[in-house]
Amino acid sequence: MTPTEIHERLKARFGEAVGPLSEPKIDPFAVVKGEAIVEVARFLRDQPGLELDFCEDLTAVDWPKRNVVEVVYHLFSYRHRHGIVLKVEADRAAPRVPSVEGVWKAANWMEREVYDLFGVEFPGHPDLRRVLLPDDWEGHPLRKDYQEAGGWHGIGNVRESPLVELRRLDEVAMAEAAKNRPPPPPPPAPAAPAPAAPAAPKA
Amino acid sequence: MQKLILRRVNAGGDEMLLNFGPQHPSTHGVINFLVDTDGEVMRKAVPDVGYLHRSIEKIGELVGYPGFMPYTDRIDYVAAMFANEGYAVAVERLLKLEVPPRAQYLRAVSCELCRIASHLVSVGTMATDIGATTPLVHALRERERINDLIEELCGARLTYNYHRIGGVAFDLPGGWKEKVLAYLDHLDGGETPSRSMLAEFDRLITYNEIYLKRLGAVAVIPREMAVGYGLVGPNLRGSGVDWDVRRDVPYGAYRDFKFDVPVGRGIAGKVGDAFDRYWVRVQEMRESARIVRQALEKIPEGEFMAKVPRRIKPEAGEALSRVESARGEMAYYVVSDGTDKAYRVRARTGSYLAMGIIEDLSPGMMIADLVALIASLDVVAPEIDR
Amino acid sequence: MAPTPTRPYAPKSTPKWLVALTLVVMLTVPFLFPVLILFATPLDTPAGLDALARWLGVTSASGRDALTAGALLVVAFLFLNFGAIFSGMCVWWERRIAGRMQSRIGPNRQGLGGFLVWIADAVKFLLKEDLVPAEADSLLFRIAPYFVLTSFALTFVVLPFGHSVIMADLNVGVFYITSVTALTVVGILISGWSSNSKWALFGGMRSAAQVISYEIPAGIAVFIPVLMAGTLSMQGIIRAQGGAPWEWFIFRNPAALVAFFVLFTSQLAEANRTPFDLPEAESELVAGYLSEYSGFRFALFFMAEFGNIWVMSALATTLFLGGWQVPGMPAQAIDALRGGAVVPPAAWWGWQLVSMAVFATKTLLLGNVVIWLRWTLPRIRVDQMMTLSWKYLVPIGFACLVFTLFWQLGAAAAPGLELVSGVALSLLFLAIVVAFLRRVLKNVSDVRGDAIDLSNW
Repeated sequence: MTPTEIHERLKARFGEAVGPLSEPKIDPFAVVKGEAIVEVARFLRDQPGLELDFCEDLTAVDWPKRNVVEVVYHLFSYRHRHGIVLKVEADRAAPRVPSVEGVWKAANWMEREVYDLFGVEFPGHPDLRRVLLPDDWEGHPLRKDYQEAGGWHGIGNVRESPLVELRRLDEVAMAEAAKNRPPPPPPPAPAAPAPAAPAAPKA
Repeated sequence: MQKLILRRVNAGGDEMLLNFGPQHPSTHGVINFLVDTDGEVMRKAVPDVGYLHRSIEKIGELVGYPGFMPYTDRIDYVAAMFANEGYAVAVERLLKLEVPPRAQYLRAVSCELCRIASHLVSVGTMATDIGATTPLVHALRERERINDLIEELCGARLTYNYHRIGGVAFDLPGGWKEKVLAYLDHLDGGETPSRSMLAEFDRLITYNEIYLKRLGAVAVIPREMAVGYGLVGPNLRGSGVDWDVRRDVPYGAYRDFKFDVPVGRGIAGKVGDAFDRYWVRVQEMRESARIVRQALEKIPEGEFMAKVPRRIKPEAGEALSRVESARGEMAYYVVSDGTDKAYRVRARTGSYLAMGIIEDLSPGMMIADLVALIASLDVVAPEIDR
Repeated sequence: MAPTPTRPYAPKSTPKWLVALTLVVMLTVPFLFPVLILFATPLDTPAGLDALARWLGVTSASGRDALTAGALLVVAFLFLNFGAIFSGMCVWWERRIAGRMQSRIGPNRQGLGGFLVWIADAVKFLLKEDLVPAEADSLLFRIAPYFVLTSFALTFVVLPFGHSVIMADLNVGVFYITSVTALTVVGILISGWSSNSKWALFGGMRSAAQVISYEIPAGIAVFIPVLMAGTLSMQGIIRAQGGAPWEWFIFRNPAALVAFFVLFTSQLAEANRTPFDLPEAESELVAGYLSEYSGFRFALFFMAEFGNIWVMSALATTLFLGGWQVPGMPAQAIDALRGGAVVPPAAWWGWQLVSMAVFATKTLLLGNVVIWLRWTLPRIRVDQMMTLSWKYLVPIGFACLVFTLFWQLGAAAAPGLELVSGVALSLLFLAIVVAFLRRVLKNVSDVRGDAIDLSNW
């Protein structure tokens, strides 16, 4: 089945909740209304002939210009070898998309990742907490407007170039060397001060 | 953080909370498992990942399309060739770029050699985790030779950066083909499979009675569970799902090759146990060797790099690539906004999905079985954390 | 393939003095101690002490007591040092074997063939900081290694080395050895608990379960040679056997052959050797009860572990493999050589050395099997470990025991029975060894010309 046919069946079943299929550039996708996504997902998984049993990818894309966070679902069926891409658009200020964890267990960790990196809430998720970042991390790094906070618990996330540090060490070492070096013997009379030079450190 | 996780595992009373990691010999990288145990039997093991998170996806948005290629190596440094390939395929789909046949064959050769290397590490470390130290050294010795071969091909032993958008970086070096064929004869025996290193490996560990007892019927993942949790690659095939992207949704040169897809058969106990996942990997090494032989035999002459503009600027759109990595299906999702930097790069890796199953599979298992489960899922920490 | 073997890492040539030193140490030290022990053992007997007292001119009772104590100290010192030095050399040998089995080189820098590496290891252990974790139970943590060491050292009291070389031939020798080896588990349990580390605790608990479980099949298996010999004395058991293989207990009774494997398996488990190394399973428990130990205390554990290879092999050799019995030279004939003299004649000394060599050879061969198993087998799981002991070894042990009771009756009625069984089982064993060697040769030839290569030795 092609994505168009799957989309037609979705359209027939859910009507307005499923948007039109995008112009087939490379991977066509359909935008689904957030509140319908769990129903749509269950339909796609269970309906004979569709059976999209593999949630291949679940991720998000941040679009500050359109003020939405898109949650993207790549679905696939092992039996029929067809797939479709769905998208749910959520408000950037407080994105909330119902969790499809109950449909595909694989969505559990992927939704956690989206929550972690994009700040999208998934109501209905049994264990929504940060996965890659520490629990008390501030902000969601894959948002386009994310600014680094400059560190975490005193651990900096910026450092100066190691070259700067090396140069500074080098200067310190050179200054030390210059201080400890005995005064250079005057070049016109090298013979006379030469015996005195080794004695100088002893004294 | 500990508080949150304590709430999850409900440690208290007679149970003991065990920090299994992040520095532990058999977590295969920096992963922590918070294990709630009652003696040797676990109530629950909760994975805690992210120690190796390097924001590679964010880096993908900040550097140009070709500039991201070396970073993909770091997603999975045990099998970096696939991370290269997946990204290249995704961007080529965005560009609607046709890759020259020779480049496709070179990709297949390099990837399959890399798969053998990665599986060698996997089966070797698995044996070590079960307590047999010798097979790891034998496996690494064989992998070392593959590393040498790949080094000759692309100059690097671990982080290859070999694939390019539109092809590969270098053509075959002179005399390389013969070396690879000689190595493959040594590995899988060619005409006499019993006289080979893989056969010796089988004699050494695969069919060892203790090994079968330790892995058979342990950490069984039934077919439905494997599909639902999104397991991919050898883990999925170990559960009896006959699925391989290379055969079923072919990409690159894989249409031209004949090879079998090994599927778990429950030799040591039940279908989908730890031994099946291990066994599938051992068999896949043989199949990979077959593919490399065919590819080297049929490799066409011609360009190994397509005509690609200096500044890569795909038109706005999005594409998903699927390649069969050593750790299963690897998907790159690349969104372009028409500039010379990707708007969003997403790498969906097999190890990340495999981690999701551990918490639900762990209740009632023993600590030694957790080690077997982690090893049999073949998770690699950088691939989880990216 | 086959790149030219350049061996860039091998040292170009070992200095001559180093070769000489290595050879001297390698040849003298292991033999020095048994020979010293041989000289010292007559001191241990009343007649020898009397002779020494006469020679020194000591007549008072207190002087005689001091002399006894001194002689005991000397003998104990020698035996303890033998254990320590054997375990050191065993570490080197095991590392070389492991290197061969894993197609790498192993230690090859310190002395010829890396032989002196165990001395370097020992020095390193002694120089390391003796670290006690802040949260550990300090007293117990410090004391635990001594339990293990004591248990290890006490076994040498009754272990025979040769015809007359034994510290004390107790009439309850076998019973004594089973008792003192049980002390090891106390040390391991204490170390596991006092470390205040969860891994160590797991290791300690596993070890307790394992050692206690396997003492039962081991104890039962030990009673089969005891039944056959009619004595608990170690020397008595050896004297009841003979030099030739068909005179050994292992072949004289079919049940004893089974019991030998029961005992060997149980001993592997008691010594925490692979496939029973669960207490320190490095891939599960990091290092088990050893997790928090460093420096000298770790070295004590380590020494006991490797020294136990000798103890377990020597025990199995004594009980089943004919001990020091020299083929063709019955023990009574050696006794007769001694005559009445306080200082026996040279021929007696010679036969002592031969018997020690026989005993050492058998023990080392068995020890090599232990090492070989360690680098071949995976580790079993804790429930499988318990199953093996309670569901298989214990019933098999009891069956062997009952069988042996009837076998002894039968052997008393028909004296030829033991000889028939001995010859038949010896031949069977020989056939198995031959078949095994043929299989090994086939496997070696299967990996394409990788002939047995000992060049890096």
